[in-house]
Amino acid sequence: MNTRKIAYLGLLIALAFVFSYVEFLIPVNFGVPGAKLGLANLVIIVALYTLNERDAFLLSVIRIVLVGFTFGSMASMLYSLAGGVLSFAVMVLAKRAKLLALTGVSVLGGVFHNIGQILMAIWVLHTASLVYYLPVLLLAGSLSGIAIGVLGAMVTRRIQKIVTR
Amino acid sequence: MEKKARKNDIVLIAVIIALAAASYFGIRIYQQINTKDPLAVVTIEDVEYGRFPLDEDVTEKIELPDGAYNTLVIKDGRADVTEASCPDGICVNHRAVSRQGETIVCLPNEVVVEIENGEESDVDSVTN
Repeated sequence: MNTRKIAYLGLLIALAFVFSYVEFLIPVNFGVPGAKLGLANLVIIVALYTLNERDAFLLSVIRIVLVGFTFGSMASMLYSLAGGVLSFAVMVLAKRAKLLALTGVSVLGGVFHNIGQILMAIWVLHTASLVYYLPVLLLAGSLSGIAIGVLGAMVTRRIQKIVTR
Repeated sequence: MEKKARKNDIVLIAVIIALAAASYFGIRIYQQINTKDPLAVVTIEDVEYGRFPLDEDVTEKIELPDGAYNTLVIKDGRADVTEASCPDGICVNHRAVSRQGETIVCLPNEVVVEIENGEESDVDSVTN
């Protein structure tokens, strides 16, 4: 790992952290409890497309742990981890399959982030009836996935040259 | 390649939205099938006497072998005992019941009217 890459990764972690903080400070209300834009995912998906999978995964986990310790609780960290890891795994698979563009990968990531969280909630709370919440979260996940995907494609296109130089 | 991927993206989004809509209506239908209608269950000396759905207005004279009786009236989704042979008349004075687990008891006749599958009460269990 050369210096340039270390600096870039550090920058992305800081950015993801700040994005999480911004969302924590100013929650954008979509009318659905728990649904949010997921600005930090923008950084994750840009990292996935400009760095390699391993570094992007590292970034995702570090970001969740940092944010969990700083603004959240043990419980919120658990939910974030479930959502983050599942969403990341699905995004990596979708990217490898090469069938989708960045926006599609991002949509899958958003949707599976919500699915991961709800699975964890079902497991922790022992209430399968939380499944009733799934349709709303599917919709919310794909909407935020589209937004993040469109943004991510623009950002990736612009910084690709700088990173890979 | 790029163009095809873009098309796939749109298909994916459409599929997810369709899935969300399908599961939403699926859950709605499932819930409708599974919601049971509230009942008034009448037991005499621990033996079940009958079950009366609260959505049908009915007047049932519950007669006991010894000639004692209680009259159960179901009206406007609520069960009430309006007449009884017992001396104290506590069951008659009791207000009509409709909430989950509410009961009207006639001790002398050992008649119990209990609501099943009713709506949950607004007050919590401690207050109940």
